[in-house]
Amino acid sequence: MRLASSHNRVCWGDYPVDMSDILLYITSIVYLGATVVYSFYLFLRKDGLLKAAGRIFMAGFASHTISIILRWMEAGRTPVASFHESLSFFSWITVALYMYVLFKHRQRILGAFVAPFALVLLIMASFMPGRIIPLSPVLASYWLPVHVTLAFLGNAFFALAFFLGIMYVIQERYLKKRKLKGLFFILPSLESIDELNYKCLQYGFPLLTLAIITGAIWSQHALGSYWMWRPRQIWSLITWFLYAAQLHGRLTAGWRGRKAAIFSGTAFIVLLGSFIIINLISGGSHGLAFNG
Amino acid sequence: MNLIIVGLNHKTSPVEIREKLSFPADAMGDPLGRLIGHYGLNEAVILSTCNRVEVLAITSDMEKGVWQIKRFLSEFHDIPLERLDEHLYSHRGEEAVKHLFRVASGLDSMVMGEPQILGQVKDSYGFAVQHDAAGVIVNKLYHKAFQVAKRIRTETRIGESAVSISFAAVELARKIFGDLTGKAAMLLGAGEMAELAARHLLSNGVREVIVANRTYEKAIDLVKGFGGGCGKAIMFREFPHYLKGADIVIASTGSASFLIKPDQVHDCMRERKQRPMFFIDISVPRNIDPLVNNVNNAYVYDVDDLQGVVEANLKERSKEAEAAEGIIVEEIERFYRWIKSLDVVPTIIALRQQCDSIRKSEMEKAIQVLNLSEKDRKTLDAMTSAIVNKILHNPVTHLKRESNKIEGDLYIDTIRRLFDLDNSNNNALKKARGEEE
Repeated sequence: MRLASSHNRVCWGDYPVDMSDILLYITSIVYLGATVVYSFYLFLRKDGLLKAAGRIFMAGFASHTISIILRWMEAGRTPVASFHESLSFFSWITVALYMYVLFKHRQRILGAFVAPFALVLLIMASFMPGRIIPLSPVLASYWLPVHVTLAFLGNAFFALAFFLGIMYVIQERYLKKRKLKGLFFILPSLESIDELNYKCLQYGFPLLTLAIITGAIWSQHALGSYWMWRPRQIWSLITWFLYAAQLHGRLTAGWRGRKAAIFSGTAFIVLLGSFIIINLISGGSHGLAFNG
Repeated sequence: MNLIIVGLNHKTSPVEIREKLSFPADAMGDPLGRLIGHYGLNEAVILSTCNRVEVLAITSDMEKGVWQIKRFLSEFHDIPLERLDEHLYSHRGEEAVKHLFRVASGLDSMVMGEPQILGQVKDSYGFAVQHDAAGVIVNKLYHKAFQVAKRIRTETRIGESAVSISFAAVELARKIFGDLTGKAAMLLGAGEMAELAARHLLSNGVREVIVANRTYEKAIDLVKGFGGGCGKAIMFREFPHYLKGADIVIASTGSASFLIKPDQVHDCMRERKQRPMFFIDISVPRNIDPLVNNVNNAYVYDVDDLQGVVEANLKERSKEAEAAEGIIVEEIERFYRWIKSLDVVPTIIALRQQCDSIRKSEMEKAIQVLNLSEKDRKTLDAMTSAIVNKILHNPVTHLKRESNKIEGDLYIDTIRRLFDLDNSNNNALKKARGEEE
């Protein structure tokens, strides 16, 4: 067990407050601001709003990043030991991935979905006990950061696939109904959404696979067994099968477009649901209570 | 002159109604004949395009004429008038002239300023001439309309960026496919509109355009026009085999039944591994079953749907439209000056005036040569007046009598032309003198 280094703590009245926590609150407020501006953009469709929202979101991401780093330094380990930390980390890595996609594919409007999602995760995190908890020495191995990063990065890809799926379904509906208005004008083309969705699946699936494998190895190291049929392991296997089925369907039967969108949506809801429920049940209080 | 127009267009009626009312171009004789014969109109023109069906007619009684045309549309197409009436508009007199001018110059089109409508109006007039339904007023009116359209085209920029339907189609294709590079398109029917769309697609990166046309030679001609080996002509009956390879299908044939059905597209989809297909149906009656839209990843847009895409462009063009409307008002005035002249009384007056002025000028010449007394001069004057009056007596009496009949306008117009009454009398005199000298 390591104590937090003292320079990260400030005093708020009589209560010591974590610098990383303050930054997390600030991040939430900034994400909220970004979400509001994004919503205005969706209604008014003025390009300036999209740019402004993007900048606000970027600023939030910066403060989020610092918060994660401080937390990491304070705890002296990957900040995913509690549900609070996991939620914040998941939120952060999703935003980070979005920023990367933005840089590479210019799908700016995706931010309008990612920002509220990141915000909701942070709000949930704020309701969870935020104190730094000690990690049992048996779990503290270098497999922890590897496994956790792989798992959350995979989840982040699936989260983006989920939002792209929503975008696809909306855009597809406009085109099918032949009533072109509102979001139609700002949503990207069907094919480009679908392609990006597929890419997310192409990256997310191997990451999930690797996460399950490294989780098993870690489990063997720490607990002496590769597979223990814990709810978390069972559910991650179910999720794996869902995504495997989707990938297979895409490659053989041409499951694309709307079908792929709905499929990735469903799979992500299962993934997110099991992640939240399992963590709430297990209380997220020990080292195994976070990963997917 | 009693000019009326009764019809419907894309603004007043859905495509389901318009396709029922359309008149095939190869069978115009029957409907035109009925309008003149059975429904008692003096002159008639039928304009039938994908976006409008209109009957223009000259009649002795405007209200009765409007009613007759409505009855004709209902009875000819076997649609109860109650179903039809809400979609029909009617214009009378000057309003009708204005409407025709606006239609001919593309101001009333779905895509404002599009050029194709002028050709269609010309065709409609051609059919009326061919089947003896066009008389003197229709002749003059249509020539004026073509002139107006030409003037608007040259004097305003309305047709310049004429984004027709094809442009809208390309925009939509972009919303489905994103980048059009490497996509393949297929044209069913090699009409002007389809050709325009194909060119837009090619300039946006489409790899290949397959053209299927009932007349194979026309398909070949069209493909040659594309150049660079990016086109391919196929026999019309072969098109189903090529369908699965096409990402964008543009149908514009005159077929009366659906050429592409849901089952067919469903099969194509399986072979294409569900890659989307975009169907653009610019034909009326439609060539692509609307139910194809229910097939996964297939999107079907008919002419009406494309309007939604086009509407944004309309706003931009409204400025040019104002200038065009000004020209129309001007031309209507000119046309009406001519129409007014067709009234019998002014024609008779003009005729008398012209003859009398010729008589007077010839009198002058004779008097200068002959050295006549005042009495002789009066006698000569009375005699020449009597000659003119007697010559004019029969024409004028007949003109008065015939002018109330169906062919009246023809008589008046003939007289005006034979005596060159529309140029000023002075002009006519000068000409006459010039010939003598």
